[in-house]
Amino acid sequence: MDLSPRTYRITRADLVRYAGASGDFNPIHWSDRIATKVGLPGVIAHGMFTMALVGRAVTEWAGSADAVVEYGVRFTRPVLVPDDDEGTEIEVTAVARDAGEPGLTRLDLTATCQGEKVLAQARAVIRTPA
Amino acid sequence: MSLDPSFVGRTYPPTAPYQVGREKIREFATAIGAEEPAYHDPDAARALGHPDVVAPPTFPMTITMSASRQIIDDPELGIDYSRVVHGDQRFRYTRPVVAGDELVCVNTVEDVITRGGHGFVTIRTEVSTTTGEPVVTAWCKFVVRGEG
Repeated sequence: MDLSPRTYRITRADLVRYAGASGDFNPIHWSDRIATKVGLPGVIAHGMFTMALVGRAVTEWAGSADAVVEYGVRFTRPVLVPDDDEGTEIEVTAVARDAGEPGLTRLDLTATCQGEKVLAQARAVIRTPA
Repeated sequence: MSLDPSFVGRTYPPTAPYQVGREKIREFATAIGAEEPAYHDPDAARALGHPDVVAPPTFPMTITMSASRQIIDDPELGIDYSRVVHGDQRFRYTRPVVAGDELVCVNTVEDVITRGGHGFVTIRTEVSTTTGEPVVTAWCKFVVRGEG
């Protein structure tokens, strides 16, 4: 399985689009005023948006949109998204492990932003691509 | 911040059915930049053996998040939503969600812990069709941040 690392850019526009698509309108994901009021350095990405991008990497590696059997993460560090054209980037890497069941592969996932890990215990079980 | 551990094991009534729309799946896939044809094109999804477009793996959260408000907003449990942070999220899929599904959620409080002034609540949500076919199980752990 080719597990080439993936990089995804996140801008404020992406957060607005994700808010609409997901129904999660928590203002810490679009208002610096509210985000700083609750003690954050600024607007942060939805944890579920980060999880969705890592999930994109998983399905791309698996080679099929419906190959994921199990997928879980722990959110450990917020992904800050500055209000500029560049936004920020997350990098996703994976190591394949034995899932303990024939036909399945476990992927241990790492997601980093600005060199810091933003997830822990991130792993997926996928149907092993033919 | 102290949460009542007697809530562990409590199961809530099924939520009202959520109808999964094809355009909603496309909108969600587009929002996360996912371009696999099976998310957008019914024929591509049918080629994989599904009746209509399939949803990306984290799509069920759009349904379970609102369903879990049953628990977060339960006045007996007394969670202050403004102090809630998402801690962990996990999904186990029987099959992908597909357009046309009518889904109901059954929430169970799996764990309630108070530690270091913070509360931790784990909710398990069984998502199944209105005809009782299991689709996905979601576990969500919330952290309720303590004061100061």
